[in-house]
Amino acid sequence: MRNLFLFALVAVLYLGTGFFQSWNLALNILNLGLLSAIMALGVNMQWGYAGLFNTGIMGFAALGGLAVVLVAAPPEPEGWAAGGWGIMAGLAFGIAVIVAATQVYQRMRKGALRNLALFVVITVGFFAYRALFDPSVAAVEAVNPATAGNIGGLGLPSILSWPLGGVLAAVAAWAIGKVSLGLRSDYLAIATLGIAEIVIIVLKNEDWLARGVKNMIGLPRPWPVPYEVDLQQSAGFLEWAAGYGFDPVSASTIVVKLLYAALFSVVLLAVIWLSERALNSPWGRMMRAIRDNEVAAAAMGKDVTGRHLQIFVIGSAVVGFAGAMMTSMDGQLTPGTYNPLRFTFLIWVMVIVGGSGNNWGAVLGGLLIGWLWLIVESVGPGVMSVITSAMSEGALKSHLIDSAPHMRLLTLGVILLLVLRFSPRGLIPEK
Amino acid sequence: MDILNAIVAFTNFVFIPATAYGAQLALGALGATLVYGILRFSNFAQGDTMAFGTMATIYGTWGLQAMGVSFGPLPTALLALPFGILVTVGLLLATDFSVYRFYRKQKVAPTILVIVSLGVMFVMNGITRIMIGVEEQNFTDGERFVFTAREFKEWSGLNEGMALKTTQAVTIVTAVLVVAWLFWFLQKTRTGKSMRAFSDNEDLALLSGINPNHVVRVTWILVAILATIAGVLYGLDKSFKPFTYFQLLLPIFAAAVVGGLGNPLGAIAGGFVVAYSEVFVTYAWKKVIGYLVPADMAPDGLVQLMSTDYKLAVSFIILIIVLLFMPTGLFKGKSG
Repeated sequence: MRNLFLFALVAVLYLGTGFFQSWNLALNILNLGLLSAIMALGVNMQWGYAGLFNTGIMGFAALGGLAVVLVAAPPEPEGWAAGGWGIMAGLAFGIAVIVAATQVYQRMRKGALRNLALFVVITVGFFAYRALFDPSVAAVEAVNPATAGNIGGLGLPSILSWPLGGVLAAVAAWAIGKVSLGLRSDYLAIATLGIAEIVIIVLKNEDWLARGVKNMIGLPRPWPVPYEVDLQQSAGFLEWAAGYGFDPVSASTIVVKLLYAALFSVVLLAVIWLSERALNSPWGRMMRAIRDNEVAAAAMGKDVTGRHLQIFVIGSAVVGFAGAMMTSMDGQLTPGTYNPLRFTFLIWVMVIVGGSGNNWGAVLGGLLIGWLWLIVESVGPGVMSVITSAMSEGALKSHLIDSAPHMRLLTLGVILLLVLRFSPRGLIPEK
Repeated sequence: MDILNAIVAFTNFVFIPATAYGAQLALGALGATLVYGILRFSNFAQGDTMAFGTMATIYGTWGLQAMGVSFGPLPTALLALPFGILVTVGLLLATDFSVYRFYRKQKVAPTILVIVSLGVMFVMNGITRIMIGVEEQNFTDGERFVFTAREFKEWSGLNEGMALKTTQAVTIVTAVLVVAWLFWFLQKTRTGKSMRAFSDNEDLALLSGINPNHVVRVTWILVAILATIAGVLYGLDKSFKPFTYFQLLLPIFAAAVVGGLGNPLGAIAGGFVVAYSEVFVTYAWKKVIGYLVPADMAPDGLVQLMSTDYKLAVSFIILIIVLLFMPTGLFKGKSG
């Protein structure tokens, strides 16, 4: 009952935005809220079911974005011909070096000889890798650097990139989890913080991959969503809009956003359904048992580290999936816009405020905090100028108006601290 | 072959900058490791504590400059340091009183404290940005160099110049003084001893009548001192920008983990390990090698292992290696 009321309240917030501001804005926020809710579900699996603290959500979301470029961006045959195979060979060689090094480490006996062998394999491997990799990269990046300079994508439908986003994030999560799980809990937090930064640095600097800070724009939309321009030119749509007395331009933007909302809702509901099924299965009970008492669970023969790795990979894959959805909605990949406060910590606030361990809580948190975050973005400066309207013009006033965006950080931090302190179970607590 | 010039180039471009950076990281990592040792959680707000302390010091510096006070050839910011430290001590004690104390009483899991420190990080981040903005601030004044590259060339008669920036000299001297004082404090004073006892075995320490509140309070004061000094030195040497300080979190944690979380000596060693690796890997060795090999063998490329954009990756790789091969760190910190 209470839960229904809370969801109704959030619905009122969105409807209110629609009525009092604009439906475009309301739907915009709704779409981002839905995406955030999916990410929050992924984080909720890690934190709520297993008690794992992942501070690298931004990185997994960005890997999802990269998947969109790889799958859906138009191919660049010239760039690929210049060095695509060389780059692939270089990367494959790099992986082979790492595999060889681990083999040396595992097969040889401990001692100076093993250290020497490892050193030789890694050093020679590194320089050989650079010798293979660098010329191809230079060749690819030299092809039309103003418009391309990358290896391009496969030119497949955008929707196919979503699962690939999940796969990329899962692979990264597996590597990180393999290294840092099973040690003290803080290490996972520190390592994921690191991997997120590294993913963004790679996206910013490896121009051959997704054009780096030159940004990838014009990525195609996922399958059922048309372009506004096409809608405005289709006779059927114009007739339909005229029939209801809508302005064709705004009607087309709203239809597009509604289609996105429907698409995202389908994914969201599917994720909820799957995670509810999982949570109420023996597997879910085992997860909660591990979370509540690792020692007891281990004594019952459960592989604690293995289960942690499993759920960490699954949760990160969900985040990567949502990250791919977001990039395909934006139609562009701009590595500069990924910042940890927006992508990692905002999602955390959503999970904690909504109710960790409860899927509906995560969804509620996603929609509610997403709304707050974005509405403050659009009304914040206005409110600030009203507050400061009585003040005389000057440096302080303009400083306060400029600092309105930073208020969000402060508010978010305070909300997080207050919820943790006074209502640690969140708005919709775990049953 | 020109070994002297090679050594000078190496000192100028690698050794001095890396040592200064290492000293800054070491002080930051000391703050993180103290929180870990006494309060038993990884403080995600460490980078933003540094940013906050630096911000307070910058305002102090501006105040002093407005009053016409200067520190001769040294940066005025050093005079403003006590003010910055005082403000940061106040903030950290207030944070502990209003936020952390509650969880300490409840004896919550460390992960909860990490998330709480995340909330604190947000708040500090917001305060810093509201008060000083997100732009880069340069607050270095006084003499720029102890000796310039030109003076060195004239003095030594070598081709290669070497310069020592005032900020680098100040960093190294200050860091040595602070670390010496900290170790004296931890080893010799009653409070310092009780802190070490508390860190080694909380129950035994409580049993022997050590006041936990006092220990925690002193810890936060030390963290404020270390974080502010580290932040100000970094800001003097490079420049102050809130986001850069947030990004320092990764090298700082890497340094603390390399040395062994909770181990002060390890934090210092870790700071230098991370800083030297970072500069070694991202420095273009063309010049140094050019002096060492015959002219016809001089390398064509830059001989740079990784581009400087990847310096964070170096900290990360070090972190991964340590987690894989020696999770307790070089100096046997706490792993469980």
